[in-house]
Amino acid sequence: MADITLRVNGSENKISVPAETPLLWVLRDTLELTGTKFGCGAGLCGACTVHVEGAAIRSCSTPVSQVAGKNITTIEGLGANGLHVLQQAWIAEEVPQCGYCQTGQIMTAAALLAKTPNPSDEQITQAMNGNLCRCGTYERIRKAIHRAAGAGAVATGGAR
Amino acid sequence: MSPLSRREFVAAGVAAGAGLVVGFYLPHGRASNKVFSPNAYLRITQDNKITIVVARSEMGQGVRTALPMILAEELEADWKQIEIEQAGASTLYGDQTTGGSASVRTTWDPMRKAGAAAREMLISAAALTWGVSRSTCAAQQGNILHGASKRQLSYGELAAKASTLPIPTDVPLKQSKDYKIVGQRLARVDTPGKVKGEAVFGIDFRMPGMKYALLSRCPTIGGKMLSFDDEESKKISGVSYVGKISDTAVAVVADSVWGAMEGRRVLNVNWDDGPNKDLNTAAVMEALKQTAAKKGASLYSVGDVAKATGRRISAEYQLPFMAHAPMEPGNCTANYSGTACELWAPTQVPQDCRDSVAQAVGLDPDQVKVNVTLMGGGFGRRLEHDYAVEAALVSKAMAGPVKVIWTREDDMRFSTYRPASLHQLSAVLDGAGWPVAFTHRIIAPSISGQKGQPGPNGVDPDLPDEAAFVYGLPNVSLEYVLAETAVPLGWMRSVYALQAGFASESFIDELAAAAGKDPLEYRLHMLEKDQDIQYFTATWRTARMRGVLQLAAEKAGWKNPLPAGRFRGIACFGCFSSYVAEVVEISMENDVPRVHRVVAAVDCGQVVNPSIVEQQIPGGVVYALSNALRAKITIEKGRVVQGNFDDYAPLRMNEVPVVEVYAVPSAEAPTGIGEPSVPPLAPALCNAIYAATRKRIRALPILS
Repeated sequence: MADITLRVNGSENKISVPAETPLLWVLRDTLELTGTKFGCGAGLCGACTVHVEGAAIRSCSTPVSQVAGKNITTIEGLGANGLHVLQQAWIAEEVPQCGYCQTGQIMTAAALLAKTPNPSDEQITQAMNGNLCRCGTYERIRKAIHRAAGAGAVATGGAR
Repeated sequence: MSPLSRREFVAAGVAAGAGLVVGFYLPHGRASNKVFSPNAYLRITQDNKITIVVARSEMGQGVRTALPMILAEELEADWKQIEIEQAGASTLYGDQTTGGSASVRTTWDPMRKAGAAAREMLISAAALTWGVSRSTCAAQQGNILHGASKRQLSYGELAAKASTLPIPTDVPLKQSKDYKIVGQRLARVDTPGKVKGEAVFGIDFRMPGMKYALLSRCPTIGGKMLSFDDEESKKISGVSYVGKISDTAVAVVADSVWGAMEGRRVLNVNWDDGPNKDLNTAAVMEALKQTAAKKGASLYSVGDVAKATGRRISAEYQLPFMAHAPMEPGNCTANYSGTACELWAPTQVPQDCRDSVAQAVGLDPDQVKVNVTLMGGGFGRRLEHDYAVEAALVSKAMAGPVKVIWTREDDMRFSTYRPASLHQLSAVLDGAGWPVAFTHRIIAPSISGQKGQPGPNGVDPDLPDEAAFVYGLPNVSLEYVLAETAVPLGWMRSVYALQAGFASESFIDELAAAAGKDPLEYRLHMLEKDQDIQYFTATWRTARMRGVLQLAAEKAGWKNPLPAGRFRGIACFGCFSSYVAEVVEISMENDVPRVHRVVAAVDCGQVVNPSIVEQQIPGGVVYALSNALRAKITIEKGRVVQGNFDDYAPLRMNEVPVVEVYAVPSAEAPTGIGEPSVPPLAPALCNAIYAATRKRIRALPILS
């Protein structure tokens, strides 16, 4: 067992778990943040995507000891003040069907927009290709990212 | 939201029926606050809240929105007043199975009648209150209005009075031209929770003291556990229990999922591989070929195909086993207490969960309470209820609440698979190249038969919904030859319609090519006469199939030339009482098709919510494209080979086409929408590949 301090969504949590425990299960079972999903356990589907220091990572394949002390953001902490612009866009485009993969999709998209505020279709495909959706919502995901990019540009005063 | 408990209804003396339930219902502890609940689907409280109960399971197809819309329409409610409640397993709603694209089509009447009866009672309550004639009162947006005196009372204000009135049995239903809610693009009620990460799927449910379990299951189909050694497992931090829960499974229980995973990883089980230890896919396909020699059962016959004369063409098609692979792996939480067992199940079959769990743990069905959670996809996998029985058995064995979780590898290797199938087709063309006879023999194992519920003559009971041939030819023979397999079978999105549609719609393209005719014109010729085709109990109309073909062709610009390097294919199919045609546009890149655009036209009768149709149709197309390109479960040494999304790879964003959806305007009763867009995709795609390459693909998947 390892005593680890995890910074999740701005809060510090002292936990005691085996050091190799994937971050996913600490988030879900220990911290009860179940918005991050288990899909494949092998970094193949992206349902477990969270941010570590702003970068999208697969929490199912990341030992918790590797992210001790780092800034971790989950879907629950994405919209610090209300809904994140991507969550608003997801609602406006009615993206989710079953919805299970969507929190991971949104986290991947948020990391994309943070680096590339107005991505092209190719950049969206490249960023999102690691996230599976069995309901086939991909084209609405693409639209929602474009919508959020546009809204973000307006919000910060830049014309699209 | 607590589901309506069956016991509460029974205590209130409610008469239960399959559809509309009559009687009154007073929730515990609120008897003084009168609730208007003329049936099990609806409660109106004095604070003007309207609660509509959904007795089907939400797996992404929008039932939590669509079904309440139907009731709210007849109720003349204000949609903003509506709260949704998910029913668990109950005796009040008839069969609660969510499958067969049936939720809207089978609840359309009961939901409408439930809303209309309440509306009429609210009108009566207002008329009595005011001492005016009923005919001078009208229901509108959650109020009853008296136009002459400009008075109005809200449904909440009328609830107490309405609850004292007799329930009408024969109520007028609205005409579609007067609909205000049905047909509107209302936002789904479950969207915000899903984008915030607050939605509770089965895997997210938790309760105090709950442990987590993984099961080690016999990897060989039909094998058994001989013995196990849990010494290493018990050394894993947090592992609290290891035990046999059935002849084929050992449970490892821990205080975290990771602990249970690690505990299972080091568990040593000695398996008896059983009778299928040498089974492989080649043997299964060979067995289908052998079975083809047998005489089958007739599904449909008109004229006499044997007597037709002309040019005879025949071909064989085949399809592999496939796995549903919903994003949320199997799971279920159970809390067994000796005299009761409560479950929280992401399930399409809450009543099956209840009944099988009762039997497995030795309780009566009414001692088992099944709560239905959201599902991260279903696609038919959750029409099984193995996860529920497992959870209950583990809870009983370790005496406490537990959540059983399946890994992705568990899901892939211990699924129930779309049956592999073989198809023998033949046709006779007249001198002009038009078909005068068509024969389709489907050789496949029976899903229901394997589960001990074969239909009459061994015909799988799904085939009546999924293998119609909606063309008006003088001689047609559809035949089903029952095959056997040890591979576990299940119902996967569109079930046999995928196989039947792939074979017959590809073969029709072959006939058109042999006749040198345009594949759209060829189909329209077979549909040119208005004709009702009776297939089992369903009536299929050639005019409606013609309608979707023409609509898809028009929107796709079928008659317009394509840019160089682009090719098109077309197909249509009818299943679950709906008609769908699709035009697929591709290019070929290094012998691999790239799908750019799919135009889908659907006739599903009255559209309840166009937004949901516009989700479901592309969803089915993308699912079908995954199936067509790569989906293949293979068996080696009695074990499923594939394990995760690397060797069973669904479509990703880089391969997804633009999908356009067009619905034929209709006031007919609504029909299925979750599955009917699946069957036409593979044949339309393979027909496009033929247009591009002159190569006919007669076996799926395409990229095998």
